[in-house]
Amino acid sequence: MKERYLINARIIDPKNDLDEIGGLIIDSKGLIKAVGKKVANGNIPSTANKIDLKRQVLIPGIVDMRVFVGEPGFEYKENFRTLSDAALSGGVTSVVSMPNTSPVIDNVSMVDFLKRRGRDKSRINIFPSAALTKNTEGKQMTEFGLLKKKGIVAFTDGVKTVQNPQVMARIMNFASQSESLIMQHAEDNILSEGGLINEGEISTRLGLKGIPFLAEKIIVERDLSFLEEYFCRYHISQISSEKTVSVIKKAKNEGKIFTAGVSINNLSLNENDIGDFRTFLKLSPPLRTENDRQSLVEAVSDGTIDVIVSDHKPEDEESKRLTFSQATTGATGVETLLPLALEHFHNKSVKLVKLIASITSNPAKILGINKGSLEKGNEADLCVFDINKPWIVNKDILKSKSKNTPIEDRKLQGQVLKTFVRGEMAFERV
Amino acid sequence: MAIIKKLKAVKIEQNHLLGIQDISFSQISEILKQAKTFITLNKSDSKKTDILRGKTQINLFFEPSTRTQSSFELAGKRLGADVMSMNIVNSAIKKGETLIDTAMTLNAMHPDIIVIRHQDSGAPNLLSQKVNCAVINAGDGRREHPTQALLDALTIINRRGKVEGLKIAICGDILHSRVARSNIYLMNMLGAEVNVIAPKTLLPHSIERLGVKAFTDMKKGLENCDIVMMLRLQNERMHGSFLPSAREYYEYFGLTPDKLKKAKKDALIMHPGPMNRGVEIDTNLADDINRSVIREQVELGVAVRMACLKIFCKRN
Repeated sequence: MKERYLINARIIDPKNDLDEIGGLIIDSKGLIKAVGKKVANGNIPSTANKIDLKRQVLIPGIVDMRVFVGEPGFEYKENFRTLSDAALSGGVTSVVSMPNTSPVIDNVSMVDFLKRRGRDKSRINIFPSAALTKNTEGKQMTEFGLLKKKGIVAFTDGVKTVQNPQVMARIMNFASQSESLIMQHAEDNILSEGGLINEGEISTRLGLKGIPFLAEKIIVERDLSFLEEYFCRYHISQISSEKTVSVIKKAKNEGKIFTAGVSINNLSLNENDIGDFRTFLKLSPPLRTENDRQSLVEAVSDGTIDVIVSDHKPEDEESKRLTFSQATTGATGVETLLPLALEHFHNKSVKLVKLIASITSNPAKILGINKGSLEKGNEADLCVFDINKPWIVNKDILKSKSKNTPIEDRKLQGQVLKTFVRGEMAFERV
Repeated sequence: MAIIKKLKAVKIEQNHLLGIQDISFSQISEILKQAKTFITLNKSDSKKTDILRGKTQINLFFEPSTRTQSSFELAGKRLGADVMSMNIVNSAIKKGETLIDTAMTLNAMHPDIIVIRHQDSGAPNLLSQKVNCAVINAGDGRREHPTQALLDALTIINRRGKVEGLKIAICGDILHSRVARSNIYLMNMLGAEVNVIAPKTLLPHSIERLGVKAFTDMKKGLENCDIVMMLRLQNERMHGSFLPSAREYYEYFGLTPDKLKKAKKDALIMHPGPMNRGVEIDTNLADDINRSVIREQVELGVAVRMACLKIFCKRN
């Protein structure tokens, strides 16, 4: 590969506090050779392979901590190739895949399969997570040490929560030994049993059983209590309510070390969007009130929430063309993560650097992976986007195999133009 | 001027009866007015008309029902329609067919109207998006049961002349009740004041936002009421987590002559049925012909459903 010069870009690299007009050099091995204002037209060889980015924004490739791939078992919903295409068109170069496949990713032999398929079929970096408990049943912990050695970056039961407090306490106690990252989907199953949407006026009107915010808060409080006794790397996958934000804020102020994420859906939509039983808006955690949404946005802005994820969960028509209570939860989102997040910059709720950090450097740091920044020597995973470009979401132009976008027809501002993985241009919008 | 003329309001009205929430005031008035004419017809010797002759009505019941289903069946037959009743409780759905597939199958038989009852809230809405005929909701989950509310309104109008200005108490398991929800919307639209009375565990979240006052003290809630609507307490909910026991429920929320004294002297007692005597209502009160209009509700139910079938069938 010949050396390449990306010039005349607005470079934002939150990890290195960089926000300036400049360029970036990709060396012959696909690594970042230099970055910043010193890489300018004046001091590069005239024969160099140049790409003029015309003042568009250049950021590290996006790291999405919560993505569901259909492989193995649900290839008809999404496979590695379609996921890769979707991710690249959204500027996402690294994803953490959830273990809720069939069979579940809970043993070492599955990891090899995943890594091989991920490498052969996709062009993005797949960082697989494994189940916290065997078959995500919440009973027997998986082999954290052995799985981690094989390349598992995090442990989570994905859409499920470890309900049994004793099991959870032991998991947190044991995981510290291998320094494994635990990611919890916080939902008390008994409190949320049969629940379909947020418990409130809308659930009363639609006649759907509600999921109280307490179902989330109580698990977060439980786990944070355990964390005092059994310190480990602990991350709350996605939170949805104002009350949980308060719990997290308080715990962080007291000096507890842990991190928290939020789904872009909970940040950009509320329960009113469910309208006339739109099953694409059936999500877990559920969309809550506008008040909850605003407090989540604030929490991203003030750093209470560290990470924004797409919670990309492709579902085929047959899983969604049902009555609301029978339909599966989840929505696609990896392609629209960045543009939807940019709404919060455009409406001045969150600073741009903060937003970018929450989808690049912060997740990379939590996962302990060498991604999400533009440091010299790193693989050149990059995303170039037009921060102002208006466009309208249309499920038919999205590349995911499944069409369950929750924001069909939404007007967005900002679009990914180019995506580089390991120095190669893997996507370019024409 | 010409422009204003062109922009004359176009009334967008539902072609389906999915819920009271979804229809307009004028549609409600039309249904009630029409239903009144059928009351007389239903008392006459020859009850059959040919208003819906040649039309096909399918009753699609995913939940067991005796009174609503037979009421709709009779209503359709009296209008001269061909009525087919399907109880899906133990049919195709058990073989894995989805609601939409069932809908498409039935749609291919060219029905003019489908009456649906389903355990999932919103099922009639989904059905209405997939078929070419009118859909009438005969009860979906805990969302709505519009024809029940309409027949309740008709019963009240029959006895009191109007709904406007009356004070109506709805008592019992509000949380799980579609009848309560439809009645709250309808009685509010018709100008009544609505109180709901239930133990806190059986009151839905934010119920006041629907325009009612909520009471956990039955005597306070009944004060000065013109109408007392009792709801059925589902036995399966009596034990376990919602209530301590039937005995305790009856003590605080059962309608007894003593509690009824708080309401107006001539207050009417209503119940959508089936009743649990001695659980939510004193058995003598239920049979008191001066107070209880429970049997009249059933009678007028047929008239209201005839009106709904006629009006919505015609629209399509």
